[in-house]
Amino acid sequence: MFAEYSMGELGAIFAMQGFAGLILFSVFVLMALGLAIIFGQMGVINMAHGEFMILGAYVTYLTSNLFATYIPSLFSIYFFLAMILAFFVTAALGMLVEWSMIRHLYKRPLDTLLATWGLSLILQQVYRSVFGAREVGVTIPEWMMGSLPLTDMIEIPINGIFVMVLAVGISTAVYIMMFRSSWGKQVRAVTQNRVMAGAVGINTERTDRLTFGIGCGVAGVAGSAFTMIGSTGPTAGQLYIVDTFLVVVFGGAASLLGTIASAFSISQAQSIMEFFLSGSMAKVLTLLTVVGILMLRPQGLFALKLRK
Amino acid sequence: MSDTPKKSIKTMEASRRSVLMGGTALAASLFAPKFLKAADYPTAAVNTTGLAVTDEDVTIGILHSITGTMAISETGSVQAEKLAIEQINAQGGILGRKIKYIQEDGASDWPTFAEKAKKLLVNDKVASVMGCWTSASRKAVLPVFEQYNGFLYYPTFYEGLEESPNVIYTGQEATQQIIAGLDWVAETKGAKSFYLLGSDYIWPRTSNKIARKHIEKLGLKVVGEEYYPLGHTQFNSVINKIRLKKPDVIYAIVVGGSNVAFYKQLKAAGIDMTKEKPVLLTISVTEDEIRGIGGENIEGAYACMKYFQSLDNPNNIAFVEEFKKMWGDDMVIGDVTQAAYLGPWLWKAAVEKAGSFDIDKVREASPGIELTTAPEGYVKVHKNHHLWSKTRVGHAKADGQYEVVFETAELVEPDPFPEGYQ
Repeated sequence: MFAEYSMGELGAIFAMQGFAGLILFSVFVLMALGLAIIFGQMGVINMAHGEFMILGAYVTYLTSNLFATYIPSLFSIYFFLAMILAFFVTAALGMLVEWSMIRHLYKRPLDTLLATWGLSLILQQVYRSVFGAREVGVTIPEWMMGSLPLTDMIEIPINGIFVMVLAVGISTAVYIMMFRSSWGKQVRAVTQNRVMAGAVGINTERTDRLTFGIGCGVAGVAGSAFTMIGSTGPTAGQLYIVDTFLVVVFGGAASLLGTIASAFSISQAQSIMEFFLSGSMAKVLTLLTVVGILMLRPQGLFALKLRK
Repeated sequence: MSDTPKKSIKTMEASRRSVLMGGTALAASLFAPKFLKAADYPTAAVNTTGLAVTDEDVTIGILHSITGTMAISETGSVQAEKLAIEQINAQGGILGRKIKYIQEDGASDWPTFAEKAKKLLVNDKVASVMGCWTSASRKAVLPVFEQYNGFLYYPTFYEGLEESPNVIYTGQEATQQIIAGLDWVAETKGAKSFYLLGSDYIWPRTSNKIARKHIEKLGLKVVGEEYYPLGHTQFNSVINKIRLKKPDVIYAIVVGGSNVAFYKQLKAAGIDMTKEKPVLLTISVTEDEIRGIGGENIEGAYACMKYFQSLDNPNNIAFVEEFKKMWGDDMVIGDVTQAAYLGPWLWKAAVEKAGSFDIDKVREASPGIELTTAPEGYVKVHKNHHLWSKTRVGHAKADGQYEVVFETAELVEPDPFPEGYQ
């Protein structure tokens, strides 16, 4: 299929295709990190993950409107404030949900699936009632749109770079919190042995609430970033949920490194196959491969070694 | 942003004057109140099959999704239908009877559509139904309408290959929408090569099949054809492929949330649609969708359909004004919304021609019904239950509206089973 192209063209296309794969990787990491924290560390199947992301997107939408109306001079940097706000708003809602609903269901993990699915329906309807059934258009500052032309053929999308930087930043932050802070130590202790952690004086309830809140907050930041590349509507969260679970389950629950490795392999496989095959076919093959590997290795790519 | 509304108000005023002068005479010919009295049409005579018709009113159904994924698209249709019903009632109703409606929610779920359709026909005995949006929902209710002999007005442009005695299709079928647009782009833009792209389901696939046949008939080339799952949000790979193939025209039939992702990423990848090449031609982005995409992301693209909100004719200016008065100034009106607005009016005309609400008689009366007051201009019902209509090409502007740059000279004949295109 490449016979009619020159070496220069081919080189450029492969460079851009590699970059497309990296962007997809960053998107997957952003989507999955929040869920990996909640599902991996707490064992809660949060079906409302997508709706938390969309809450972040709506917060961004509101912030952009506020800036456009009241302080248009600072419009070009509103996005950073919007992401911070998105984090706190979604984290607050997450903690409220944990307190009112999830904590009663820790002993019944399958029931959390139903309860959070119900929550996702409720949230969708709330968005629909508040913001309308139609998608809202989030205006992105001028400097974040368009592309950087490196050569005649190679152009790098700016929002892609932004998503990549954000993914690296958030992964690092989560890593530091998980493995370098006392909160992280407590979370890991609770994950490994809840009763024992309680016995040595860790407030497991507080840890759970904080973990759930931070997981949701990360989802909110992801949602806020995705206003650059996707749609913001009441049901837009549903577009992400399948891929998110795929990444987390394939990576192995309870392993953040696994999540990242799995995001990388799925995104590269999908992006390469999309280029050589058609879009639907690429999706089918990716899913088949993941199913095949999970059959051979049900615990996912990386699994925490626990004494059972 | 602030310039354009002013401008449109100005044209509105100018045209309102022309409505007062010439427009009313035109409107009077068909729709102006004839003040038919219910007493002249006794219920026993106009309703021999037990429909929900009394001496005062007649009940119809509205069946759209107001919850779920499709609510985004179907809301506009519901609004347009309610506006038409209100206007008809203000003019005295149909055969002296006011229209009442029962609204059911299909909830973006096809079995629910079928269930609600059955409820409307069997329990409520509605005289007609305005409804459905996706082909999947229409296919789901079709057996119900045929079994219980209901009458459906379906507003969406769709893939064709259907002609039910129980449905009037007020949107365009695929050949009406596609062929004129391809001819236009080949002629005025000198396009030689096309890249076909779509969401992976029946409408984009059938439409692209027709497009490919027609492109090849014109002696031009299709350099790529591709489909992505509904809800797909990452288009960077296909954008790279487009860049490699360098087509003159990107022919895009992407729908739903994918739409937003596609245009945002196309823009981010540096494909500038305001330049000569490549031309982006779509049949799936109405003004409604642009609200989610953002005008600045799709500026310069061309869309091919039968109606744009910016159409400059007295009918449309009045329609846009009434619509905004009823539903708010920030409303936009897309192709399907306008087609949905035609439903109640076409039904009214058919009932009055038949002098009866009986579904068999309305069906018989339907072919040949003409509307001179349609916002899109003059339309006529074909004997295959589709509408004769003009096809237009719009050029997307940054404010989210289309500027009409081309319109077929004549009405295009609907041809749901096009020979040589299947």
